Amino acid sequence: MSVSARADAAALPETRQGRYWLDRESVLGPVLLLPAVIYIVALVGIPLVLAVMYSLSDVTVGDQSIDFVGLQNFRDALDSSTFRTALKNTFVFTIVSQMIVLVLANILALVLSADFKGKRLVRFLVLLPWTTPIALGVLGWLWTLDNVYSPIDYLLRQVGLLGVGSPLGSDWFGTNALWLAYPDRAQFSVLFVHVWRTLPLATVILLAGLTAIPQDVKDAANVDGAGFFRQVFAIRIPLLLPIMAVAVLYGIVFTFTDMTVVYILTRGGPVDSTQVLASWAYFKGIEGGSLGQGAAIALFLFPVLVGVAAMMLRIAKRAETV
Amino acid sequence: MTETARRLQEDDKTTRRQVGATLASPAVAMPGPNAPVWDDAANERERRQARIRQVATRGVLYVTATFFALFAALPFAWMILTVFKQNTDLYDPNRNPVLFNDPPTLGNITFLFERTEYATFARNTLVVAVLVVLVTLIGAVPAAYSLSRLAGRWGEGLGIAIFLVYLVPPTLLFIPLSRVVADLGLRNTWWAMVLVYPTFTIPFCTWLLMGFFKSIPRDIEEQAMIDGYSRLGAIWRTVLPVSVPGLLTVVVFSFALTMHEFVYALAFVTSSHQKTISIGVTTELIRGDVFFWQSLMAAAAIVAIPIALLYNLFLDRFIAGFTLGAVKG
Repeated sequence: MSVSARADAAALPETRQGRYWLDRESVLGPVLLLPAVIYIVALVGIPLVLAVMYSLSDVTVGDQSIDFVGLQNFRDALDSSTFRTALKNTFVFTIVSQMIVLVLANILALVLSADFKGKRLVRFLVLLPWTTPIALGVLGWLWTLDNVYSPIDYLLRQVGLLGVGSPLGSDWFGTNALWLAYPDRAQFSVLFVHVWRTLPLATVILLAGLTAIPQDVKDAANVDGAGFFRQVFAIRIPLLLPIMAVAVLYGIVFTFTDMTVVYILTRGGPVDSTQVLASWAYFKGIEGGSLGQGAAIALFLFPVLVGVAAMMLRIAKRAETV
Repeated sequence: MTETARRLQEDDKTTRRQVGATLASPAVAMPGPNAPVWDDAANERERRQARIRQVATRGVLYVTATFFALFAALPFAWMILTVFKQNTDLYDPNRNPVLFNDPPTLGNITFLFERTEYATFARNTLVVAVLVVLVTLIGAVPAAYSLSRLAGRWGEGLGIAIFLVYLVPPTLLFIPLSRVVADLGLRNTWWAMVLVYPTFTIPFCTWLLMGFFKSIPRDIEEQAMIDGYSRLGAIWRTVLPVSVPGLLTVVVFSFALTMHEFVYALAFVTSSHQKTISIGVTTELIRGDVFFWQSLMAAAAIVAIPIALLYNLFLDRFIAGFTLGAVKG
């Protein structure tokens, strides 16, 4: 059919063909692509270059002229102990939370792939942390972990884990756990909220992978008498590996680059103990006004992002050729 | 794929799953060579064991599902309880937080709309979202068509490259972009968000739509072109009408992403009457030592529930985009 269409087009008089220059694929293709490409180049490409220039200069909110100072901003960043805490936190929060998410998401996906009463409601509730705007979800946690009125504290008091004589030790003798006031508990809280927030996406991605396992593979395993654990470890997990990688890569990107959780929950405190790269870049660059410093700190996110992008490309390429 | 076709396939899947389940259930498994059929007692024992195992599996399933539902919904449950509580009830750490010790009240919601700028935030959010959706459609629809139909073997690779732009985080770009926004005279206005948000909606939506256009047979626009339409006319008359579900997905997703965004808004906009909900609520309604927690939670819940419902409607299509083709559905 396409051959005859092309033949028709060739048979058209010269003038009509001129009028329909847009019909040529070699012209129309790039023309249609242009708006998106211009947008991305102007508002992602150029700012990325600008970020690198900023990081090499002494630009501030007060003095917008770009005077190059070499690697001074990076050296200053590395010299600051807050930066080192932020760097460490960023990696710890990301790696630990995503390891937990990987385990939980596999379990949860398995649960949601079964049929049971109330499954739609469970799915709706389980997805809430992902569908709710991050800032508002974290606001919910800020109130749930409140220093005085936390319902979790109330529960712990009722079961005797909080208050004088708590079996958990003298750290838990107060009437409240103060989830966001001690450095270690605040770090735990941030980690916890990251797990809570990234679990749903990983789960639904894995679920999509689970439902795509060909039925004859499962049937064959059943006929051969493979038990539940055998089926999970010998069939599901190997078949799901690529999709698990995809799920974890999203989790890494969204946790590694996030500043919203820390900004709302702890503002980096107490005494900068929960600061991460992204939030530290914001406090330095936007609130502190030293744009060069902020840009340099944010650029420390870049190598990991490039690594994740490369792995995603590989997975997508392999998926294409299969 | 058409709706009917998809539904047919799903039906097919469920029937097959049922067949699989029957096969799996040991209670009706054919007696193997080692299980003597004549031994009724042994058979009975086996059957009982199978039933116990089945009940245990169901039990574990329900307990796990409940655990995860509670884990995910905990802050939302507390949010919704808080909204309807009176001050005397809420701000007393010795009262059971799960119960209404004082009668519930709607006063906190009225307070939110009448005494705070929430309505302004909501209006700003809506305006920004609508404009972002428009810009996204203008950018993503032609690009997706071009990449899926006209670019040949370059299309897929270029499409993935564009998709990866979606993963470039706001926290990497907000500092230079604040300069760009200022130079364009958009500092401190919601127009800054309209300008910047399509940098992540266009890439994701282009990728989503590419998948959609690929599932539409080429014949339909070729037929229209034979009938005398130009290529653009053929797209307009044949491809776009068939793509309405895909376009709707793009609308919903861009809308949701606009509601979600926090970092750019926080960095670009400081005057309260220009703020959107996600930054307005978290920066303007938390002021000083006084937290109006009930109204704050109302502000969050009012947004969270409708978006969650929308997401659930379009979930499968979003996930198809997220899986990068690593799942063959």
